[in-house]
Amino acid sequence: MLRRTLLASAALGLGLTLSGGAAMAAGMDKVKACFVYVGPIGDGGWTFQHHDGALQVQAAYGDKVELQWQESVPEGADAERVLTQMALGGCNIIFTTSFGYMDATNAVAAKFPDVKFEHATGFKRDQPNVSTYNARFYEGRAVQGTIAGRMTKSNKIGYIGSFPIPEVVMGINSYYLHAKKVNPAVELSVVWAYTWFDPAKEADAAKALIDQGVDVIAAHTDSTAPLAEAAKTNGAVIGFGQASDMVEYKDGPRVSSIIDNWGPYYVKRVGALLDGTYEQADAWEGIAGGEVLIGEITAAVPAEVKAEAEALRDAIAAGTYHPFTGPINKQDGSAWLAEGATAPDGDLLGMNFFVEGITGDIPQ
Amino acid sequence: MLRLEKRPNPSKLWLYGTPVMAVILTMIVGGMLFATMGKDPFEVIRTIFWDPLFGEFAFYLRGQLLVKAGPLILIAIGLALGFRAGIWNIGAEGQYIMGAICGAAVGLAVYPTESRWIYPAMVIAGAFGGWAWAMIPAILKTRFHTNEILVSLMLVYVAQTILAKASTGFLKNPEGMGFPGSRNFSSYPAAANPELIAGSGIHWGVVTALAVAGVAWVLLSRHIIGFQIRLSGQAPRAARFHGVNPSKLVVLCMGLSGALAGLAGLFEVTGPAGQITIDFNVGYGFTAIIVAFLGRLNPIGIVFAGVLMALTYVGGEMASTNLGLPSATIQVFQGMLLFFLLGVDVLTNYRIRTFMGGK
Repeated sequence: MLRRTLLASAALGLGLTLSGGAAMAAGMDKVKACFVYVGPIGDGGWTFQHHDGALQVQAAYGDKVELQWQESVPEGADAERVLTQMALGGCNIIFTTSFGYMDATNAVAAKFPDVKFEHATGFKRDQPNVSTYNARFYEGRAVQGTIAGRMTKSNKIGYIGSFPIPEVVMGINSYYLHAKKVNPAVELSVVWAYTWFDPAKEADAAKALIDQGVDVIAAHTDSTAPLAEAAKTNGAVIGFGQASDMVEYKDGPRVSSIIDNWGPYYVKRVGALLDGTYEQADAWEGIAGGEVLIGEITAAVPAEVKAEAEALRDAIAAGTYHPFTGPINKQDGSAWLAEGATAPDGDLLGMNFFVEGITGDIPQ
Repeated sequence: MLRLEKRPNPSKLWLYGTPVMAVILTMIVGGMLFATMGKDPFEVIRTIFWDPLFGEFAFYLRGQLLVKAGPLILIAIGLALGFRAGIWNIGAEGQYIMGAICGAAVGLAVYPTESRWIYPAMVIAGAFGGWAWAMIPAILKTRFHTNEILVSLMLVYVAQTILAKASTGFLKNPEGMGFPGSRNFSSYPAAANPELIAGSGIHWGVVTALAVAGVAWVLLSRHIIGFQIRLSGQAPRAARFHGVNPSKLVVLCMGLSGALAGLAGLFEVTGPAGQITIDFNVGYGFTAIIVAFLGRLNPIGIVFAGVLMALTYVGGEMASTNLGLPSATIQVFQGMLLFFLLGVDVLTNYRIRTFMGGK
């Protein structure tokens, strides 16, 4: 009992001294912004980009921001401890940068009502101090799919899935639909790695795809291992940078990339906390908002394919084209989107089906 | 010249002295590592070993040490019984997963019934899941002389696949909007394993771990089975002459370690973790191997080793967050601990002799 009181009063004390509670309108002089990462910063992909975003916050506000971060935090019980430590340690805003932190984020947020929590790629906002943010990666997948459909010689393209969650499934669907659009003969193979970051497993997944005759690989995992594996084929297999530009493979298999650009969002949110305009949010920006960038398409791609891919990117950015525009059927042949209809966000966020033409099942 | 000379009997002093020595050496060399990275070594060591116990937030972190140490101790004690007998169960991670899945499945099957019998049934199912998973390598070994190290290790990967299947399929939360993961037990009181005293970190798993440590200590030092286990490890032929049935011992030790790992999984999934997820396991089954050796395969030693290991995790995390050390540095630090333990261990069975001249 005593300890519970202690914890509660510690939380209260921090809240009062550091942020002044939910009613604060005056803003803050200094913000301690904290980040929880699922992988090491050196993964060269997902976590690297989040950390890059954190550094942009520092660059934007200088002394008014103090950064703190923790790498390689497992999703589960450990996340709850790390978050509690951060909240106790005086963090004003905590960004939890992986889907698996969802329950932990909400549980800790309930105990620290005056600390702001921002959870990436989740959907639970059980507490008023929890916001969620995500990026429309499927827009980038549409561009990759177009390149993949045009570039494949074997008509077999591959996708390394991390976990069978809607976020990944919509990426696979978008990739396939746009490959199919430019190359009706294309076939897609999906391998599930069940990890966000594990270079050995990712390399195995890439090997399995290459053995099946796949010559274009897209990955939804965070390391450069799939590109390293593709590089061993002396140009027979190409791939894409994932989450980060992965420029070190530019002369090799990397023909383009999807770059997650979290900086603008982080700068905006910390700024709002500083000037007192912070509100709970559910952000989902894409190419138009600058959160998803398409990395340079290299000379390995013919000029007309490059132009086609860039035109698609620009159409998405301008809002004249939605990657999920009907008619689209589900894998079982039932109708999903009618002619000309675009996918509502709700359908995308809960997407648990493949579109027509993809073989194989989503693990259920 | 230095030379190693075998001792006629293992040194009692060094048997208990090596873990302490290993910790001290780890602090010294680890401190040098931190210094080369431009951090104040004393501050880092203090953050890792002192702050979680006596620092500003110790009231919260002490409980977290128990949360972290509980499953490590429970698994390590089971493993130690086998290791003492020369039976190498390396697959506790898989048994931990299967225990969690079986126990959780029982609870979720009767959701949302409220009954006081649900949790005990889940505990039994958890122990059974781990036991059954350990029986595979045990029976393959006794019947077909397969190597239990390889079989139990390989079964970890099978268990991980089943875990993925469970969280995306048969145990998936029907109200989870298609996202993988089971229902959260924290919102199902009959099947939950909450803190027994709020803020203390003590849940049923921690209580069980300490109780099992006591029972195991009595078993090993006072009971005939404990004698047989020790004898089989030290002198297998003598054990056979003494009437020990090696096959029975394999089944017993593998079964016990599997059941304890399964229990740890069940307590974790219903308590701190809260739900079955694809990556529910975080390596307790493997870390417990280190804990078992750090604790000299002695149940009481394992309790201390478990807490020490938890300290390097929790304190390491604090050092990483507060002092900006990369998490890989902390892993190197933990690795050093095992390295020095194994290295210094030589002194238990050998002594260092110095002598001059050519002979």
